[in-house]
Amino acid sequence: MEKGKGVVMGRRWAVDFTDNSTTPSSRDIPDPPGFSRASLDQDDSTLSRQKKDAESNWKSQKAWEVAQAPVKNLLMMGFMMWMAGSTVHLFSIGITFSALWQPISALQGVGKIFEPYKDSKVELLGPKLLFIALNLGGLALGVWKLNTLGLLPTHASDWVLSLPPAQEVEYSAGGMPLHQGL
Amino acid sequence: MAIPGFLLVLLFLSCSLPALSLYEDQVGLMDWHQKYIGKVKQAVFQTQKAGRKRVVVSTEENVIASLDLRRGEIFWRHVLGATDAIDEIDIALGKYVITLSSEGSTLRAWNLPDGQMVWESFLSGSRPSKSLLFIPTNLKVDKDNVIFVYGNGCLHAVSSIDGEVLWKEFIAKGVEVQELIHQLGSHIIYAVGFDGLSQFVALQINAKNGELLKHESAAFPGGFAGKISSVSSDSFVVSDATHSVLVLVSVKDGGISFQQTRILDLVPDSPGTAVVLPTKLTGIFALKINDLVTFVKVIDEGKLEVVEKIDNGAAVSGAVSFSEGQEAFAFVQNGESKIHLTVKHGLDWSNNLLKESIEMDRQRGVVHKVFINNYLRTDRTYGFRALIVMEDHSLLLVQQGEIVWSREDGLASVIDVTTSELPIEKHGVSVAKVEQNLFEWLKGHMLKLKGTLLLANLDELAEIQRIRLQSSEKSKMTRDHNGFRKLLIVLTRAGKLFALHTGDGRVVWSLLLDSFRKTGQCNSPVGLKLYQWQIPHHHALDENPSVLVLGRCGRSLDANGVLSVVDTYTGKEISSVGAAHSIVQVIPLPFTDSTEQRLHLLIDADQHAHLIPRTHEALSIVQREFGNIYWYSVEADNGIIRGHVLKDNCDLEVSDGYCFNTRGLWSIVFPSESEKIIATMTKKSNEVVHTQAKAMSEHDVIYKYVSKNLLFVANVAPKAIDEIGLLTPEESWLVVYLIDTVTGRILHRVTHHGSQGPVHAVFSENWVVYHYFNLKAHRYEMSVIEIYDQSRADNKDVWKLVLGKHNLTSPISSYSRPEVVTKSQTYFFTHSVKTIAVTSTAKGITSKQLLIGTISDQVLTLDKRFLDPRRTVNPTQAEKEEGIIPLTDSLPIMPQSYVTHTLKVEGLKGIVTSPAKLESTTLIFAYGVDLFFTRMAPSKTYDSLTEDFSYALLLLTIVALLVAIVATWFLSERKELQDKWR
Repeated sequence: MEKGKGVVMGRRWAVDFTDNSTTPSSRDIPDPPGFSRASLDQDDSTLSRQKKDAESNWKSQKAWEVAQAPVKNLLMMGFMMWMAGSTVHLFSIGITFSALWQPISALQGVGKIFEPYKDSKVELLGPKLLFIALNLGGLALGVWKLNTLGLLPTHASDWVLSLPPAQEVEYSAGGMPLHQGL
Repeated sequence: MAIPGFLLVLLFLSCSLPALSLYEDQVGLMDWHQKYIGKVKQAVFQTQKAGRKRVVVSTEENVIASLDLRRGEIFWRHVLGATDAIDEIDIALGKYVITLSSEGSTLRAWNLPDGQMVWESFLSGSRPSKSLLFIPTNLKVDKDNVIFVYGNGCLHAVSSIDGEVLWKEFIAKGVEVQELIHQLGSHIIYAVGFDGLSQFVALQINAKNGELLKHESAAFPGGFAGKISSVSSDSFVVSDATHSVLVLVSVKDGGISFQQTRILDLVPDSPGTAVVLPTKLTGIFALKINDLVTFVKVIDEGKLEVVEKIDNGAAVSGAVSFSEGQEAFAFVQNGESKIHLTVKHGLDWSNNLLKESIEMDRQRGVVHKVFINNYLRTDRTYGFRALIVMEDHSLLLVQQGEIVWSREDGLASVIDVTTSELPIEKHGVSVAKVEQNLFEWLKGHMLKLKGTLLLANLDELAEIQRIRLQSSEKSKMTRDHNGFRKLLIVLTRAGKLFALHTGDGRVVWSLLLDSFRKTGQCNSPVGLKLYQWQIPHHHALDENPSVLVLGRCGRSLDANGVLSVVDTYTGKEISSVGAAHSIVQVIPLPFTDSTEQRLHLLIDADQHAHLIPRTHEALSIVQREFGNIYWYSVEADNGIIRGHVLKDNCDLEVSDGYCFNTRGLWSIVFPSESEKIIATMTKKSNEVVHTQAKAMSEHDVIYKYVSKNLLFVANVAPKAIDEIGLLTPEESWLVVYLIDTVTGRILHRVTHHGSQGPVHAVFSENWVVYHYFNLKAHRYEMSVIEIYDQSRADNKDVWKLVLGKHNLTSPISSYSRPEVVTKSQTYFFTHSVKTIAVTSTAKGITSKQLLIGTISDQVLTLDKRFLDPRRTVNPTQAEKEEGIIPLTDSLPIMPQSYVTHTLKVEGLKGIVTSPAKLESTTLIFAYGVDLFFTRMAPSKTYDSLTEDFSYALLLLTIVALLVAIVATWFLSERKELQDKWR
């Protein structure tokens, strides 16, 4: 990181070839000879629309891809869980907690994941919903696993065991007459 | 919620196999064992031959022991058992210790140097009688030294070489032989005694064949009382039936003649009854009237003359002969803080052979017995040493005015035990001490580390073991974090209270309770029980904890009670009350006042309840809970259990607000022709139960019935109370009841046909385990009953539980008639049992283990899971996971599960468990003639590091890791720099 930065700082000038601003005045350097800016603007409307369409298509396609990515994860997780078995030990606990953690962290970052594909024309709701649904599925899988491990308080025994015994109203004691225990 | 569940699962996994054994080098690390012998009854010195000087003693705990005279250590010891009381001991042939026991019916010879039994003879007789052992010094029958034994109405002559009975002579019925005498040179044994109350009998018996040569008797109209004391070989002293006249009896050829002397003439103004002390001195006898000992000399023609009167006379020794025909004896006087020992010449009264004053600890009380022995000093004069038995049953050897050694043998007769916390550690330890400690600590840990890494040599290994055993940590006088250090408060039969440190078993303080000593009001006080009086917590921490000692003036139930409160930090008596009423029972109430004093109700013989402490606050607490305090009494002789409740204030002559009348509420009458109560058992009142529910496989839950008001009663057929083997299985049965002691409801009843006692039981949480004999199977059995509460079983809705809509924690009453179900199972058990206890932990989470005091005086642990009624032959997978062991017909006894490992707690009487602060650990104290203490973790120490955990290794690892981190960081920095320059 630092190395790269140093390099950037060292540069004094740069040309941005993708810069398509029309006014030459905005730049310090004049256009090279023979370069006409007008020729670029020639069929601006058709070209840019095409390009934008392609881009948004690509974006939505990518977004759907990203949204479907957890499926692989899900399958992987399922396999791992099956491998881990249903007894409590380090491996199964690790798997289960990662299975719980992954969807949660993914859900937290839904916005960020779909950030690159944000476009006015791209409908992101579908992919997002799919993504969320799949992650929730993953989460459910994790919880289910937790339950099969017996770590979820879903049974009466889990709640009752921590209850103190009930107090008794009456108190009684006594016994045989006291004798010296020889 | 998940975490406790998870922990429980882990706990189950960790304790799937009970492994309690310890390694050889762990012995003595957390356990200690002390050997005692009890109050000495009789002592015989054996110092004639050179070598190890020793004294052989017999004690009231039926122990025969050989003690080192120099240091008081036990050379060897045999505990004969409660049914084999030792009558007399003596030494024969100079190499055998002869013991007569079991009322004169068992005669044994033990090898003097090592205590091996040489021979044993059973002497049968015709009728119970006094028992006497007589070993004449110079009487030989066919070159064999003979031992004469009178017992069971017979006179036996026994060969001292092999114990063979040479002859046996039945003594006429009604004749009670008191003394056996042999005259030097003759072959005649004289036996003198009484026939009836007023006949004096003298018998002459041929020592060779037991032939009765002569039977003389003479009547004395006044009658006799007490023992015959011989003054010479033909004259005897005995007091008459009224204890006012001394009768000098002389047996001559001509017959028996009596000469009377009034005691008042000898000792004017003597109020008490006179007792003739057996001294076996020639021509002199001692007369004890209260504290006044009078020595009386018999002059010719039967005249008596007072030689000396001694005030505060405590004890008179027997005669010991030194040099040629010289006799000496000793007597002891009690002084203020000293005792005065005087040794006198038997013939020459005028001067003392020895007169010494010895400083004596007040806590030892007065002298009870003295035995003397002579030795040859380097300047060829005779010196004397005295073995002294004190009031607190301790044994001292006194020589040259000093106590050479002492033994706290009162601890051999423990009556009751309780525990007490130690003081909290105060801050302000000096720096120097810490530095030294730190250095020592480091050194110790480096040694340990060496040991762990197998680098230590033999010397260092020995050093490591020494450090482990003598860790000053365990014997500190302050409370520790884990709660391992405590005081064991022990009440002994002598009425002395000892505080023993759990770390090393030393006596921290001892107190001879004044209120438990013989006084005018209280003739024969006996200690009964100890109760926790005050256990300060939170707000009352500046108070010292104290215990309540309960006693009684005399053995009968209606004798007045004695109460004493003792501070357990200082060992001082805070207060003592001679209760004006009898105390039949004590009910410790579950309430404490603002200073954390526990309230107790004392029930007297008239069934009045007396409240202590007598404060208004206590009274107001009791009045608040008045209707909820019940008590019950078990009348084993009548076969009745009665329940009572407090009614109103007593209407005594003196109005007493702290006394309550009680009213009978219910009674259970067992049919006397078919059932007799032999054992009852309740839960420990201070037991902590962690949870009321029990999770089973498949997440099912059942509710334990954990009421404390439960009584286990075991009844047998009235004919079956005797020994095993007298009855056929058809005539014998054992009926077991579980009774609610508030309502008197019988919750469960089960009959074991063909079984009989003795029954030993232990009751904890919701289960009771009991041990008895099965006559049909000819084996001992153990049964378990678990009690569950069916009326709470429908609390199974998770949502209701989550939201707290249940009644599981609301107070319950026995009157709500809970539906209980019981599960039970029975197993064979190989051992016969003396006592059973159960481990107890601070919060009751740790699984339980039974502690079984076996007949061989050891303590065996048995996991409660072996006594689980849900055991089946083929448990399902889920049940196995839950920890259910496949059912077997008998309970396993693993040699590793003896907590006493190789030791024996001779004469085991009881096992006391006390929780440590650490939940996993429980403290165990077993007492009998010996004392044994250890701590154990029923489910291993899951909440702490083990004793031998190497902190140094951990530290070293951490340091190594840190070094590695720093080094690698440095290396990576350098590499990066090099990369940049490339």
